[in-house]
Amino acid sequence: MRFRLMTPNKMRTVLAALTLGAVAMTAGSALAKTSAREPQDVHFSFEGPFGTFDQAELQRGYKVYYEVCSACHSMNLLSYRDLAMKGGPFYDPKHPNTPPAQSPYAKAIAAGVQVSDIDTSTGDVVQRPATPADHFKAPFPNEYAAKAANGGALPPDLSVITRAREGGPAYVYSLLLGYEDPPKGMTVPDGKYYNPYMPGDMGSYWAGSKTEVPEGGFIAMPRQIVDDRVSFDDGTKSTSANEAHAVATFLAWAADPHQVERKQTGLAVMIYLFVLTLITYLSYRRIWAKIGH
Amino acid sequence: MSGHSTYEPKTAFERWLDTRLPILRLANDTALDFPTPKNLNYWWTFGGILAICLVVQIVTGIVLAMHYVANSALAFNSVEHIMRDVNHGWMIRYIHANGASMFFLAVYVHIARGLYYGSYKAPREVLWLLGCVIYLLMMATAFMGYVLPWGQMSYYGAVVITNLFSAFDKIIPGVGTAITTWLWGGFAVDNATLNRFFSLHYLLPFMIAGVVGLHIWALHVPGNNNPVGVEVKSKADTVPFHPYYTVKDAFAILVFFIPFAWFVFFAPEALGHADNQVPANPLATPIHIVPEWYFLPFYAILRAVPDKLFGVLLMFSAIAMLFALPWLDTSKIKSMRYRPTARWFFGFFILATLGLGWCGGKLPDDVVIPFGRDAVSGEAVGFTVVMMSRVLAAYYFAYFLLVMPLLGLFEKTLPVPDSISTPVLTKGGAAMPSGAAAAPEKKG
Amino acid sequence: MAESAKANAHPTADEDPNRRDFIHIAALSVAGVGAAATAWPFIDQMNPSGDTLALASIEQDISKIAVGQQMVIKWRGKPVFIRHRTPAEIAAAVKDDHADMRDPASDASRTKPGQQQWLIVIGVCTHLGCVPNFGTGDYGGWFCPCHGSVYDTSGRIRKGPAPLNLQLPDYQFTGPTQVKIG
Repeated sequence: MRFRLMTPNKMRTVLAALTLGAVAMTAGSALAKTSAREPQDVHFSFEGPFGTFDQAELQRGYKVYYEVCSACHSMNLLSYRDLAMKGGPFYDPKHPNTPPAQSPYAKAIAAGVQVSDIDTSTGDVVQRPATPADHFKAPFPNEYAAKAANGGALPPDLSVITRAREGGPAYVYSLLLGYEDPPKGMTVPDGKYYNPYMPGDMGSYWAGSKTEVPEGGFIAMPRQIVDDRVSFDDGTKSTSANEAHAVATFLAWAADPHQVERKQTGLAVMIYLFVLTLITYLSYRRIWAKIGH
Repeated sequence: MSGHSTYEPKTAFERWLDTRLPILRLANDTALDFPTPKNLNYWWTFGGILAICLVVQIVTGIVLAMHYVANSALAFNSVEHIMRDVNHGWMIRYIHANGASMFFLAVYVHIARGLYYGSYKAPREVLWLLGCVIYLLMMATAFMGYVLPWGQMSYYGAVVITNLFSAFDKIIPGVGTAITTWLWGGFAVDNATLNRFFSLHYLLPFMIAGVVGLHIWALHVPGNNNPVGVEVKSKADTVPFHPYYTVKDAFAILVFFIPFAWFVFFAPEALGHADNQVPANPLATPIHIVPEWYFLPFYAILRAVPDKLFGVLLMFSAIAMLFALPWLDTSKIKSMRYRPTARWFFGFFILATLGLGWCGGKLPDDVVIPFGRDAVSGEAVGFTVVMMSRVLAAYYFAYFLLVMPLLGLFEKTLPVPDSISTPVLTKGGAAMPSGAAAAPEKKG
Repeated sequence: MAESAKANAHPTADEDPNRRDFIHIAALSVAGVGAAATAWPFIDQMNPSGDTLALASIEQDISKIAVGQQMVIKWRGKPVFIRHRTPAEIAAAVKDDHADMRDPASDASRTKPGQQQWLIVIGVCTHLGCVPNFGTGDYGGWFCPCHGSVYDTSGRIRKGPAPLNLQLPDYQFTGPTQVKIG
């Protein structure tokens, strides 16, 4: 008996498909025992290969971060000058050649913040207005102080938060707005809040059936984003949804400030590669045309 | 390197150089005039693709090393410095990070091609072994490179992999611990570990480049295998490497660059893990740690075994199988084109390996095929990931240890053509689908 | 060999060598352009990065520098001398404006109008890059310990191997006691 269901041709096709499939298959495979609700299907302007940031929304998002989040969350990887870099919230397209550190916007924003420095003549710690080259001022001097002030929980640094959480900006948005009353039968520990979008394992806090453990987890941060928490200078309504959307946008930019530049470069690279591939293919056919086989 | 040289110095300078350092002769004979079977299909272009991958990784890696700081307190931020402040740093880092994945993708295709077309058989055993050495060095390099950004996945990846060696405590108590302490340069993965990993991560690619040189040397002694698996008989079977295969490889490399560029520019983090964007914290492990996708099949084999030592040994033997393959396969026929039964086993082998990769990314107790619910806990019970890993791992090893030795003795094979150029023998009416010498993609 | 079949597929392939050449030349040229474009990021990455450039310009409070004192600050990785000159130093510098010098320059051209008491120079010897010391040497200014170059109270080279005066950074007074360098 002969096994001849697959010709070498078909085999090749199948193999090629499998190889490509291997990457796709293993990419989204990390699943833990913890559970969380899928982030909401929220639209952001920077999604997709052609998406860009809405500068007005970035500015609103910075305001939300500055007025709300920065009370507890650091953004240690960001400097005030970054706000004025190309594509940033306070980039001035009218003066493209002004270095970010010379931007009047970055200077003004930085000057409004007092940072510690060493007086070189006395060695004392002094306060001075920040410069664009300074990193964002952290709310706490160190992580122990941050923990002590927040009931033992460390507010995570937000510099790369949308890259550091599954779901990215949609997760941030959903989490900020997703606070719900805990389902009946759940014991919420003191100083914790239930949020279905927070990954966690509720098994040991749940009195009901083991097969119906609610999704989500506990978070040490109470709900912060509420209507009229931040008033926007551009007239956008201060709804909690607008505030959460703006800050998620700002954090997505902060985590990946070269995103738009990257995608635009990518577009040029892709077009170039397609053209060169086509020309090389023609060249290849021309060279091989002489070979009989 | 093999056969006689076709190089003829044209100018006085070339003649002068040729009697002192025949480097142009070497280049001519290995990269230009080298007689190459004319029926190589696109699977053979992955050698060239891999050479480009190595160059891309070395060039981007040297650049990254100019900005990276190998210190546990500074490493994470220095990577972010590259991503934010170094001119085009984001691009160079994303090429390097995704380049590792593309490199492994290409090497797996390259290995699978060797398996299918019997490229490991005499007289190419040394060529194959050198390839296995390159693969081992690649794994070591990729592993240490992944540690360098010093995120949570970096850190716990290093912890888990180095702890594999502690399994040897079971053979001679104390030896495993001594090895891990020596690897770490301390009592845990820490700054000393990061520094030595950086040093070795910089060194190993150049060792790979050296072994690649030997690999190419060993290739040019017997010459290329080909889809028919019949050795070159006459000049009619070959074409000079240049321009025929330089242009074909160039085309294939460009096609390969398209998904590569797509990852770099449009989905640069798709193959990474969110947890690695969190700085390493020796006091708290992420909820679910998994290795990079290219290690998942081996990770699944490791976890398929409840015993620590046996799991580690089994994982290492999975790689050792590749080294032993030339002496395990008893078939005299190289190409599976003429081994219809072997083709099936091979197809299942690829599926088993991909399946193991899938298992490696899941939790061991996840249920694949549910049978029902546990009466007490109410949790789903059934065929779990770890059970599936066992079945697939059993097939993985059976393929090398049973199928390869036995199949060659019992299988029915198809008639093999006399040479690359001669038409196929159509004895017995066996339909030869693509013709022995014509790869379909080359038809006018 | 399947010559005829091939000829049908590309009827002009063998007859028209120019067209055949064109496609190869086109492929090589486009590839060359791509290689050149790819080279740029790899060259440009060695230029100063964003955080380095952010410190290319600094502001300094000079109110605490007493007359006859100098402050040394680090600017773009190099020392900058901010010297609060005494009237005697200024007079000595102006007196020598027309003396025979290797790199002639008037004292006024090396200070800002109305701010002659402030001399701001890059503290790097123009010979081979050492940092000169103040208060030694024959001209009341700086003396470079490496090869004995002597600068006067205006930072001009007067003796020794250095070819040029101490360099002036780009700077301006942004307030009575505030100076922006760079």
